[in-house]
Amino acid sequence: MRNFLFVAIIATALAGCSTTPTTEAPVEDHGAAGVTAPGAETGGAQGGSVNGSTTGGALGNELRNPNSILSKRSIYFDFDSFVVKDEFRPLVEAHARYLQQNRNARMTIQGNTDERGSREYNIALGQKRADAVKRMMVLLGAGDTQIETTSFGEERPKNPGHDESAWAENRRDDIVYAGE
Amino acid sequence: MIPLLRRWLAFAAVSLLPFGAPIAHAQLSIEIVGGAGTTIPIAIVPFDAEATYPLGITGIVGADLARSGLFRLVDTNGVVPRPARAQDVQFPVWRARNADAVVVGSMLPLPDGRVDVRFALVDVVKQVSLVSMAYTVTPQQFRVTAHKIADVIYERLTGDRGVFSTRIAYVTKQGPRFQLLVADADGFGPQSIVSSNEPLLSPRWSPDGSRLAYVSFENRKPVVYVQSLDTGARRAVANFRGSNSSPAWSPDGRKLAVTLTKDGGSQVYLMNPDGSDVTRVLTSQAIDTEAMFTPDGQSLVFTSDRGGTPQIYRASLLGGQVERLTFDGSYNVSPKPTPDGKGLVFVRRDGGRFEIAALDYATRQVQVLTQGPNDESPSVAPNGKMVIYASEGGGRGILAAISIDGRVKQRLVAPATEVREPAWGPFPRS
Repeated sequence: MRNFLFVAIIATALAGCSTTPTTEAPVEDHGAAGVTAPGAETGGAQGGSVNGSTTGGALGNELRNPNSILSKRSIYFDFDSFVVKDEFRPLVEAHARYLQQNRNARMTIQGNTDERGSREYNIALGQKRADAVKRMMVLLGAGDTQIETTSFGEERPKNPGHDESAWAENRRDDIVYAGE
Repeated sequence: MIPLLRRWLAFAAVSLLPFGAPIAHAQLSIEIVGGAGTTIPIAIVPFDAEATYPLGITGIVGADLARSGLFRLVDTNGVVPRPARAQDVQFPVWRARNADAVVVGSMLPLPDGRVDVRFALVDVVKQVSLVSMAYTVTPQQFRVTAHKIADVIYERLTGDRGVFSTRIAYVTKQGPRFQLLVADADGFGPQSIVSSNEPLLSPRWSPDGSRLAYVSFENRKPVVYVQSLDTGARRAVANFRGSNSSPAWSPDGRKLAVTLTKDGGSQVYLMNPDGSDVTRVLTSQAIDTEAMFTPDGQSLVFTSDRGGTPQIYRASLLGGQVERLTFDGSYNVSPKPTPDGKGLVFVRRDGGRFEIAALDYATRQVQVLTQGPNDESPSVAPNGKMVIYASEGGGRGILAAISIDGRVKQRLVAPATEVREPAWGPFPRS
């Protein structure tokens, strides 16, 4: 049996990286990532710098108004299902309308799964859920380029539990607008 | 300002560390849970003058061999005089202790500070010396030398190449912090490769062991990176619109297979490891992902739900048909070809249990290796004899390993840390 190494300097060392923007590797790396990733299409949607103004006005506030259906951002799915249930139709319709009326607005739909099974396969399952909601929004008038669909697979559970009620909360799509 | 701040935080959220960064981490410890049916009784005699060095060699050799589950260490206490050369071994002494083999050796200090390490492996039953070798090393190289000696003994006595000199990569989660680490195959000397507040997944070794491909969510979506272990430099090689996941190296190291969604749906593409020359190799209306090259580099095995449930398929890269490989059950995923090219290891769901299983192409037989309930992410050792995988123990994620025949079981546990996503590295260069 081997002795374990508990080392408090891990936290110190990491904090050092976080508070030192001149740390070489991350800065160099991110510069390189932007240049070398040949198909990078993240643009304003991920960078958040281009479209910041579109969500700053009155319509943007609508997204954060707790009385507006636009403040609701999660769509839940049944086990092994990609079908958008009727109860979430008004939510999907409202966001589709918002995109239709705000052609500069950009959104990411992040698909999620419960924890069961392969992590890599779950990325694909989450993607399929995100794609299902996007397809519906585009049919309702949103522009195809306004919506990026991605997946967190099982990596971002809303409920960290390991039972059916937790899993039900984790099988979902989350809607995130650019600049949020 | 807010976008700027966010961008800066994105920098800050990830720490890259060149390989060898002097940070210690909670180390994996390996326990043997079950052993082979028969084990080889071997006596490893402390080397002559070994006691003069704080870190010896024979302790590591013995631990390596015992951990493999194929050897049983025979007590060497009380044998006087202690043999240091093959010709010093008195066979009746070791037969009386039921040893089949004896390892003897010496460590002679040289004027330049290095050490002349010699060992011999003696077959007590046949009464012959099987192999003897000498190494001139610094004391800092004792651990590496011990693993080399263990590899020689293992290969001579089992006929298979040893994996004691290999490394493993894995991901830990401690609180909100994810780390991708590389350690020796015995869990020693973990080094942080990258750490992030967002998930890290799917580490995959380049065939020469110099680079890791992996998936990071640091930009709030899955992006595939390739990072040099020597310099710590990395680049995002697949950062397309949508999700980028599941990297796999071709056996010659010249191509990566990845799953992209840029053209709609999760589909498999090939690219150069620098991200250039992206070409789609599979086309379906379903999910295709988890592609891995077969050892001959001519086919991909992958997971697809094109038949209604996730199953494992094989597609030739030379064109032509796609062949379904799994039929039993409604969930067979994560194929990992064995290095002999004769089959693959995968994850199957049986009821609610996720188990590691092995498929033989020729016989179509499936052997279930583990009992779950949540075993996943298998990775095959380069000698094809062991499979490391993610499991659960004590309410958290641990790593476990099982021999390809299902007999030898190990658990790899780090204290107070979730451990997952293991990847067994290749044989060391030279």
